[in-house]
Amino acid sequence: MAKPAVLTHPESLKRPAGPSEYAKDPVNAKMTKAEKVELYTKMARIRHFEQRCIRVYQQGKIGGFLHLYVGQEAVAAGTISLLGKHDHVITGYRDHGHALMVGMGMNECMAELTGKVTGCSKGKGGSMHYFAPDKNFWGGHGIVGGQAPLGTGLAYAVKYLGRKGSCLCYMGDGAVNQGAVHEAYNLAALWDLPVIFVIENNGYSMGTSQERSTAHPGCLAKRAEGYGMAWDVVNGHDVYEVRARTAVALKRAHEESKPTVLEIFTYRYYGHSMADPDKTYRDKEEIKEYREQKDPVLLFEKELIAEKTLTPEKAKAINEAAMEEADAAAKFADESPDPTLADVTKDIYWEEDNRGPDTSSRGTIIFE
Amino acid sequence: MAVMTYREALRAAMREELRRDENVVLMGEEVAQFNGAYKVTEGLLKEFGPKRVVDTPISEAGFIGLGIGASMLGIRPVMELMFWSFSYVAFDQIVNNAGNIRYMSGGLINCPIVIRGPANGGTNVGATHSHTPEAILASHPGIKVVCPATPYDAKGLMKAAIRDNDPVYVMENTILYNDKGEVPEDDYVVPLGVADVKRQGEDLTIVAHGRAVITSLKAAEILEAEHGVSVEVVDLRSIRPLDEETVLASVRKTHRVLLVEENKPFCGVDAQIAYLIQSRAFDELDAPIHRVSSVDAPQIYCKRLEDQQIPNPARVVAEALKVLA
Ligand SMILES: Cc1ncc(C[n+]2csc(CCOP(=O)(O)OP(=O)(O)O)c2C)c(N)n1
Ligand SMILES: [Mg+2]
Repeated sequence: MAKPAVLTHPESLKRPAGPSEYAKDPVNAKMTKAEKVELYTKMARIRHFEQRCIRVYQQGKIGGFLHLYVGQEAVAAGTISLLGKHDHVITGYRDHGHALMVGMGMNECMAELTGKVTGCSKGKGGSMHYFAPDKNFWGGHGIVGGQAPLGTGLAYAVKYLGRKGSCLCYMGDGAVNQGAVHEAYNLAALWDLPVIFVIENNGYSMGTSQERSTAHPGCLAKRAEGYGMAWDVVNGHDVYEVRARTAVALKRAHEESKPTVLEIFTYRYYGHSMADPDKTYRDKEEIKEYREQKDPVLLFEKELIAEKTLTPEKAKAINEAAMEEADAAAKFADESPDPTLADVTKDIYWEEDNRGPDTSSRGTIIFE
Repeated sequence: MAVMTYREALRAAMREELRRDENVVLMGEEVAQFNGAYKVTEGLLKEFGPKRVVDTPISEAGFIGLGIGASMLGIRPVMELMFWSFSYVAFDQIVNNAGNIRYMSGGLINCPIVIRGPANGGTNVGATHSHTPEAILASHPGIKVVCPATPYDAKGLMKAAIRDNDPVYVMENTILYNDKGEVPEDDYVVPLGVADVKRQGEDLTIVAHGRAVITSLKAAEILEAEHGVSVEVVDLRSIRPLDEETVLASVRKTHRVLLVEENKPFCGVDAQIAYLIQSRAFDELDAPIHRVSSVDAPQIYCKRLEDQQIPNPARVVAEALKVLA
């Protein structure tokens, strides 16, 4: 299958993967060894959580759609590892990586997948709809591109409230053709909002390559120019590079209250969702090439071993611990109860869930 | 009490809430410098400045979605749609995002947003500008919908909507903007989910909302003067939550029911009301329930015919006489 001509391409991706050119970038150089190991651990946890999900799905315990993040770990890890108290995150349905990065637990995430009441949304959201507002994580959105205006609104609120923060609003390469995304771009640029639109370009929207979906393909980030917005392209296989280039956008958001479009090149190893047999639209060879040469977790592992931040033994132990944690999460999900029939009609209206002396509204709000 | 127009009553509600809560923001196309396409927000930019009263580009999905996102962080946006007809380009934001996010987050998030603007036909502007989406929107759990018919209710419901912690969609009516009525100058709210008996009567109950209430009140006068019939008019005011008890109490009193609304008949609000009455007060009925809706076609442009397409007093009187026959 012909690959799209990529016209705006990160320089580092044009060369074979090797030691990161961004290791010495200030945001990476200032990291302690412990912080680096922690970042690696988080990437490994995403990987093993996702791979454990495959088994739970195959056991028939996860319904609906399951979109895996395997291969894309450095994007969520690199970007979210930079965030502070007033920085917010919102994404599409491929949301497990972001959720784990903001600090959601494997237990609540796994239990949500199996529809249990102990899930992060009490079994009411599912894989595509994780939320953790206490961690500045605003979902988990199932409609392609629908989160772009919301993310812009979070940035608007940050600015309105006078906080020095931002919103990282993630989407896929297929989302850039949605009207809502362009409307969000326009508002963000028009009103100088501290939002960073992160396009996770994994080459495909379901089974459709960019060439078949996008006029003037290979220029997704550059569309920002039409709105006078800053943009950048990033090699998403190198977590150091993701951090270094995201830091520039974050500074623009924090210091100048200006938006950025960041196109981060990445790749997904599995089908679009578990429902995708992944046989018709790309070569197995292509997947193999990415897995062997550009795997973000392995590249970072190599990097850290070369730096002497990590030893192979320590890496092995980290991966084993992540697998055990994912196993325990699967067990937790298994043992958790379903929501009850009475739960179905709760969490619909704030005013109903919080009825008190101040509640003025009356009448029937849930119908039989 | 002061006498003011429906438009002024809405403005008074917004002004008072802007003063009361610094996180209330008005937003929409032409709401600030232009003073509002229908002058509802006139003078508010001058009084509150551009941080609180914000002109948006013509970008409904964008700015409504932005308002929903901001509301999750505690801003209380009051978004104007120039017409509710234009909500259709923002439907995903209005329904999927504002309506579902609380549920999908297991109750962790709420969206205290108000979306307001006119939702009516009868203005000779053709089908694209004449939609009445209250039934469509109220059919989604998670969303609240109100339709004020009088200046008093317009102010009270708007204030209740702005203070409510859920998404509340306020459907106004351009034809009512100049209607005058008594409105308290002090702080009051009309709670959501409370209907109002706008006219007491013995022989027939008319249930209506929005401008259909005004039409029904005119019909009731004709019915009394020309046919000696005593008509009770129940104004729902709020579609969701719905005050079922006030409707049922009136049915138990008169035993005959006519439903009037400006929606098209298929799956209108009245379908729900008719279901309610037959399920809870079937034995109280002395006659089948009738209804008057807009004639089932896209809104016609021709003014002479549009005035007949939407319920008018003559159509309501004719149908009422059938219920009473
Ligand atoms: C509005 C809308 N249309 C279609 C879909 C079905 N759908 C879900 S994901 C997807 C592909 C999106 O691809 P991309 O944006 O590249 O994200 P990726 O899956 O690669 O992360 C499609 C067509 C949807 N969820 N929402
Ligand atoms: Mg994609």
